[in-house]
Amino acid sequence: MGTMNIETAEGRLEALRRMCTIREFDDTASELFADGEIPGFVHLYIGEEAVAVGACSALEDDDYITSTHRGHGHCIAKGLDPERMMAELLGKRDGYCKGKGGSMHIADVDAGMLGANGIVGAGPPLATGAALGIDQRGEDRVALAFFGDGAVAQGQVHEALNLAATWSLPAVFVIENNQFGEGTPVEEQHHLDNLSETAEAYDIPGITVDGMDVTAVNEAVAEARTRARNGDGPTLVEAVTYRYRGHFEGDPQPYRDEEDVEEWRERDPIETFFQRLRDRGEITEEEFEAMRSEVETTVEEAVEYARDAPEPEPEDAYEDMFADPAPEIAQFAERLRADGGERGGDR
Amino acid sequence: MSAQNLTLVQAVRDGLHTEMQNDEDVIVLGEDVGKNGGVFRATEGLYDEFGGDRVVDTPLAEAGIVGTSIGMAAYGLRPVPEIQFMGFIYPAFDQIISHAARLRTRSRGRFTCPMVVRAPYGGGIRAPEHHSESKEAFFVHEPGLKVVIPSTPYDTKGLLISAVRDPDPVVFLEPKLIYRAFREEVPDEEYTVPLGEAAVRREGGDVSVFTWGAMTRVTMEAAENLAAEGVDCEVVDLRTLSPLDRDAVVESFRKTGRAAVVHEAPKTGGLAGELTAIVQEEALLYQEAPVERITGFDTPYPLYALEDYYLPSVARIEDGIRNVVEY
Repeated sequence: MGTMNIETAEGRLEALRRMCTIREFDDTASELFADGEIPGFVHLYIGEEAVAVGACSALEDDDYITSTHRGHGHCIAKGLDPERMMAELLGKRDGYCKGKGGSMHIADVDAGMLGANGIVGAGPPLATGAALGIDQRGEDRVALAFFGDGAVAQGQVHEALNLAATWSLPAVFVIENNQFGEGTPVEEQHHLDNLSETAEAYDIPGITVDGMDVTAVNEAVAEARTRARNGDGPTLVEAVTYRYRGHFEGDPQPYRDEEDVEEWRERDPIETFFQRLRDRGEITEEEFEAMRSEVETTVEEAVEYARDAPEPEPEDAYEDMFADPAPEIAQFAERLRADGGERGGDR
Repeated sequence: MSAQNLTLVQAVRDGLHTEMQNDEDVIVLGEDVGKNGGVFRATEGLYDEFGGDRVVDTPLAEAGIVGTSIGMAAYGLRPVPEIQFMGFIYPAFDQIISHAARLRTRSRGRFTCPMVVRAPYGGGIRAPEHHSESKEAFFVHEPGLKVVIPSTPYDTKGLLISAVRDPDPVVFLEPKLIYRAFREEVPDEEYTVPLGEAAVRREGGDVSVFTWGAMTRVTMEAAENLAAEGVDCEVVDLRTLSPLDRDAVVESFRKTGRAAVVHEAPKTGGLAGELTAIVQEEALLYQEAPVERITGFDTPYPLYALEDYYLPSVARIEDGIRNVVEY
């Protein structure tokens, strides 16, 4: 729906394009990280593209989402601009958070993106809060929380589910079960075969779908959205998927073999969706190649944009602490000018 | 006596290994600490040697990890939970503050909580917010908790063994910036470094500089640079922040009459304020200059482009110390 209505051929091609964009964006982020251009920690979404795109294609543009530490895919699926995302990854001033948030904290309230989140399980309560606001104002929107299988062990996820269920809020909860909570397999972290069974505890609908299939995710979330809009409360959707990369870039991954990854790659969400569209005569091999090379250009341009963007100024450290500027900004800037910026300092 | 050249993180592992051999009640638990050996490799090999009952992989659930540890401790075990980054500790904050710190006093000594919560802390690794912060003051503020921050591999092993053997809860914060920065001779044998005792890293007569953890190295570098200018710094590494070694602080300050404090945590409400109060209370008449606080900013820990400004640098520390000496 919105700009990506998967029920139309045009919308399906847009969904395919966004999945390719996510893949290309994160492949590039992986290279930039390896080259030292992106410092810190980067968690990639490669392999899980059908979940973000399937879910967001069931949302309207003004619906809200919350994201995770592995959030690039959610951002692109929700329609955020790869240029400003890449600038944020590189810590530049033109990034979505002025280069102060980085890979794990991209947010854009205007796009209904309430934030990637460095804390596992911190997103669902925020979605519940947005859903409460929507409910009280009587708006025609929903709030959707993406979170991982690991987060299902966090207390605040359950508090969010309980509140949303008890108050019958227009919320949708999407578990991305990528088989690992960091480096520990899902079955060693949970007693349930299907994490969607968690829904039974809150007497809300729970469903497990193939998270490698963008249309399966779309259908489940579309149904959940309708339910939410009809005043019938939240739904818990578990999308079963797979994380091709490590928990973070540089993760030695002693917990799995390359063959496990290869097995899942055979059901690659982009490849299988393309084949389906090709078989339906909606796209040719040549057109797909062209789409991929357009996406490459988009991401290359994003990297160029990010590289050319300015670094934050030292006094930006004090900016946006409160609505009123912190008095330290003036002191800090004065001192920096006095010593040519060498020493930092806040006296 | 045999010894090995170990990094600080290897000394953590060595300390855990020593106490796990000594005492079968010692149990390590946390996210990826077992089969994967910990995200920073601090528990490498312990799972293979001691098995999954003593090196427990947990779900991602900090409140559960620490709360379970408190229950284990009350039962009579000696749990050593790991929190992967200090910034991930807040879901467990309630358990640490409301329960671990108060179990002994609340039960009038019938229950105790011999638990060590380990967590890497601090910045300089180019990661934002939760992955870089230094919030030791939260825990120092809570009576009933001990707070330890080592700065060398030797101290790390000795302090960790003391912490594990301590009958009360200890928050053991590890400076991850210097996990692998240098090596030091660490005896293979067991030994302890007592909790609550500061170490004078450099003797000097002009100014006392109090610091701890990863800031100790930059402070030492600043002190050596200043020595070339004729400023003789005494660098005191506090090592334990709660209980603070007040005697060591006061003794050094009485000698120099001047002090600076270096920490990477935000200035307001940071430990530098407490140290300033101690010298005022106990050595006011010796004081010849205001105490200089050389600290992080009163902001969330910033992303890498601003990190070098946020963290006290050698140049900034030198400036601060000069201010004190020239006052």
